[in-house]
Amino acid sequence: MRDFWTRFARNRGAVIGLIILLIVIAISVLAPLLFPQSPWRMVQRPFLPPFENPAFLFGTDTLGRNIAAGLAYGSQVSLIVGLVSTAVALLIGVPLGAVAGYHGGLVDDALMRFTEFFQTIPSFALAIVLVAVFEPSIYSIILAITVVSWVPIARLVRGEVLSLKSREYVEAAVLAGQTNLVIITRQILPNALSPIIVLASLTVASAILLEAALSFMGLGDPNLMSWGYMIGAGRTVIRTAWWLSFFPGIAILLTVLSLNLIGEGLNDALNPRLARTGR
Amino acid sequence: MTKPVIEISNLTLALPGGADRLLAVDNVSFSVNPGEILCVVGESGSGKSMLANAVMGLLPPVIRVTGGSVLFEDRDLLKMGEEDLRALRGQKIGMIFQEPMTALNPLMRVGEQIAEVFESHGLLTPGKRQERAVELLSEVGLPDPSKAVRAYPFQLSGGQRQRVMIAMALALDPKLLIADEPTTALDVTTQAQILQLIRELQKKHGTAVMFITHDFGVVAEIADRVCVMQTGKIVEIGSALDVLSTPAHPYTKSLIAAIPKPRGDGAAATNAAAPILSVRNLTKTYRSGGGWFREERVVPAVDGISFDLARGETLGIVGESGSGKSSLGRCLVRLIKADSGSVQLGDVDMLALSPSELRDQRRRMQMVFQDPYGSLNPRTRVDQIIAEGSVAGGMAKEEALSQSRDLLKLVGLDSSAGSRYPHEFSGGQRQRIGIARALALEPEVIIADESVSALDVSIQAQVLSLLDDLKRKLDLALLFITHDLLVAAQICDRIAVMQHGKIVEIGDVASVFGNPQSDYTRQLLDAIPGMGPDSPLAGNFMTAARQGPEG
Amino acid sequence: MQFAAFFGSRLLKAVVILLAIIALNFFLIRAAPGDPAAVMAGEAGAADQIFLTQLREQFGLDKPVLTQLWIYMSGVATFDLGFSYRQQMPVSELILDRLPATLLLTGTAFVISLAMGIAGGVLAAMRVGRWSDTLITTAALIFYATPLFWIALMAVLLFSVHFSWLPSFGIETVGTDYTGFARLLDIARHLVLPALTLGLFFMAVYARMTRASMLEVGQMDFVKTAKAKGLKNGVIQRRHVLRNALLPVVTLAGLQAGQMVGGAVLTETVFAWPGIGRLMYESLLQRDYNLLLGIFFVSALLVIVVNMLTDIIYRLVDPRIGAA
Repeated sequence: MRDFWTRFARNRGAVIGLIILLIVIAISVLAPLLFPQSPWRMVQRPFLPPFENPAFLFGTDTLGRNIAAGLAYGSQVSLIVGLVSTAVALLIGVPLGAVAGYHGGLVDDALMRFTEFFQTIPSFALAIVLVAVFEPSIYSIILAITVVSWVPIARLVRGEVLSLKSREYVEAAVLAGQTNLVIITRQILPNALSPIIVLASLTVASAILLEAALSFMGLGDPNLMSWGYMIGAGRTVIRTAWWLSFFPGIAILLTVLSLNLIGEGLNDALNPRLARTGR
Repeated sequence: MTKPVIEISNLTLALPGGADRLLAVDNVSFSVNPGEILCVVGESGSGKSMLANAVMGLLPPVIRVTGGSVLFEDRDLLKMGEEDLRALRGQKIGMIFQEPMTALNPLMRVGEQIAEVFESHGLLTPGKRQERAVELLSEVGLPDPSKAVRAYPFQLSGGQRQRVMIAMALALDPKLLIADEPTTALDVTTQAQILQLIRELQKKHGTAVMFITHDFGVVAEIADRVCVMQTGKIVEIGSALDVLSTPAHPYTKSLIAAIPKPRGDGAAATNAAAPILSVRNLTKTYRSGGGWFREERVVPAVDGISFDLARGETLGIVGESGSGKSSLGRCLVRLIKADSGSVQLGDVDMLALSPSELRDQRRRMQMVFQDPYGSLNPRTRVDQIIAEGSVAGGMAKEEALSQSRDLLKLVGLDSSAGSRYPHEFSGGQRQRIGIARALALEPEVIIADESVSALDVSIQAQVLSLLDDLKRKLDLALLFITHDLLVAAQICDRIAVMQHGKIVEIGDVASVFGNPQSDYTRQLLDAIPGMGPDSPLAGNFMTAARQGPEG
Repeated sequence: MQFAAFFGSRLLKAVVILLAIIALNFFLIRAAPGDPAAVMAGEAGAADQIFLTQLREQFGLDKPVLTQLWIYMSGVATFDLGFSYRQQMPVSELILDRLPATLLLTGTAFVISLAMGIAGGVLAAMRVGRWSDTLITTAALIFYATPLFWIALMAVLLFSVHFSWLPSFGIETVGTDYTGFARLLDIARHLVLPALTLGLFFMAVYARMTRASMLEVGQMDFVKTAKAKGLKNGVIQRRHVLRNALLPVVTLAGLQAGQMVGGAVLTETVFAWPGIGRLMYESLLQRDYNLLLGIFFVSALLVIVVNMLTDIIYRLVDPRIGAA
């Protein structure tokens, strides 16, 4: 375990990513303390440029709302949507993929058809359709994102389980009389963890991007201030008030970047054999 | 005094920090004379491959040359620039590698890859190159060369691919051929053919050959001179005859002693006992492809196999790849579902059991697997690995763990090994752990599926003797699956030879070796390298085996 | 013979998937809260009782579910994707009208992203560890993490507003009437920003994949064989490494087709590009579900076609696939 952290720490990008993510998490947790008023409240004159007034570091928007507050509360939305939809996608994808890979047969066939189906459908378009049909709310957004996210996870797990299934130590476990469930949970899945963890971090990243895109298109939860919504709202006045769209975009960029960096760091740390120096 | 083709002096290669030793190759000096075959022999980790790579300038960047010289045509290869080295490669020095499966570009036709040798040195026109490619393929013995030249690597067998590699390496008639374990990944019959091919071509073209191998049989078969390496140093060098028949250095002696020999003692007189395992008409056929538009491929992996195994007996199942021996082993323990037949273990037909009955009976027949690196769960502690079977069968965890520790002692490891993880052990030690695991359930029959094939020959000898001891001590029946006839002869009482899913010959070791009934067995015996009547290896296995235990 | 068999089975699969999508569309309409007819009519159409009754009759909304499904499916089979009340035109006509613009945009973006992505990846792989590699890898990492619509907006801000180099709106300059080459040039000028922004994200994806693939292939045995034959490094990289390294990139390109369609929706929205992506945005604003689902269907169709093309290309490039 300590080995893992030393390897992870050696990757500068991963460490930077971790720091950034921790800062974002901290901001989202502390948002109510930093900005006690709702981000929807109009608190100053509209179109206050950034860096002029220290109380409104990032300026204000069309209706005089504090952009900094929007950024802070927006981080909550992004993180919650990202984490919850990934968690649900894992809950669905991992067991399904494991069963499909281990038992094959009907479940496997069905899963393969599903993955082909979802691979063909443009996922963003599907997400749009789902949210539009079920009325935009944080629940429908999470649903839509989960629907398009679980399939790559299931496919990955299936592939890993399939290849691990033919390992000799699994065969030994079968001969020793272990039940299928024990074999899947104690022999196979622990050895399949690394790629699953890496994919999970990347899924959170793409979930955040997806939520932002949906909010940008006007399909966000109307009661929640999200970064995507802020960018969309600033679109019409971009020529005169660039900061409305600029800062939320940077926020998304930094958060997603940190997750990607962490994902790569995890990948390198969990698979030391694959690291560069010729082994 | 003819000048040597290549002269290596005091060559030293340093490993990167964190490796198990400082130097990959330590102050190595030897030379290869024109027209001679020099074998460099060593176990894994001896540095022999690094040596070969260093000559061609193909070392990975992390390995540094820290001393010495390699003189070729009066020039030091180690000091030459990349462009000069490139001109030499393929033209003056050719090289062939170990893995025929991966050594050729999968997307290029074989003829094009041969033509590249000419192209890289600016020789011949494109049309002429193709012609030469066909000629070369014919010279290395590929059937239908004009058709083969347009084949992709995946369409050829392992032996055929090695022939292509040889054609490429010898295309420009180099003065020196470096062969890095070229036959290690091949079947024994294919190996014999390739060795013969190399010898013929070498004589015909007068090429000097530096042949890297771990197999003393190969050395006995083709070497003029031998150089023995251990952990980066040369421990002995001389003519093949001298080194093999009267080795001087203790390491050489131990390696030659580790070559499988038939046992002196009499075969276990267990034929009288009733068989503990009776297999009748076992069949397993693989069907692949098939569907609306494609033809089905039918491969009879196990084709009506029948044999008996008595308590206390070791029966060897010997076959090349594709013979079906692995499928047979897995069918016996129901890791694969056989199509038909019966497997009587005592009074129970294992194949006829229902899944719940199977769970009880399964413990009676256990397996020791081939791959020391894949047969133990890397995330589980060793004592838990051994205890898993007992725990699954209902034993209390503490009791099972204490049993694990006893078993570890039994297989020659310290009981403290139990609290460590598999990656902390060497290949031979992991196989011992695998044996301990198999023994935990107190089986009546153990199936060893190529259990020593992945081990160095000296470790192999140790594990084989361990298996033999345990078999006697615990009165087990042992089914020993292998591709290596010599290994089988050392440990088995009887041998069954498999080909294409059928047993073509079965009998005690002396009969099979001394008086083989089947053509295929004769072919296999002839193909074993270095065991001919005029082999310099003392106590020649074949004569000893032919004479039988009394001899 | 092999190829025809392969093509036939892929075609069959494609048809099955399309049918599944149609069924999905059908059930989504019914899943939406409220009266399906009102849903299909959209916000505007729902107010018009005559239109609603027409819809009910046309789609047999009072008949059993399976009959409705059959009616819907046969409609789609004859390219009748419904009627958009808001736009007062059949959906299929609307889509056909806007389709060429999207194809132009996505096609250009695809080519740009593939060409520059692969070039970047190759360069980075050949100069591993040096500053050009670090630069390319970092740039790829950043573009991969940036929301597409935000880049588009910033691009508009920078190149259109601040520098006034390129237009940021539509496909042709409003109020002009170019013909022939002048028109092509005008369209090309409008195409630059949208195509580049759409391609940027995927450029990063292909660059990363190409780099990783080249590094992996470079370790393989046959590369060592090529060196041992005395081949020059450039030839080795081109003929041996690159060819093999590009195989997974081809597969990836096929998989990314779906993503690109999604990206097109965002890009067209920001740049007011008159394609089906923008049409989708408009249909969202108007809650015009008929139109929305019709576009969804057509975009899935596009992806299927691209997937099949990629499969065919892969088979052509890799002799191991499909051989007996």
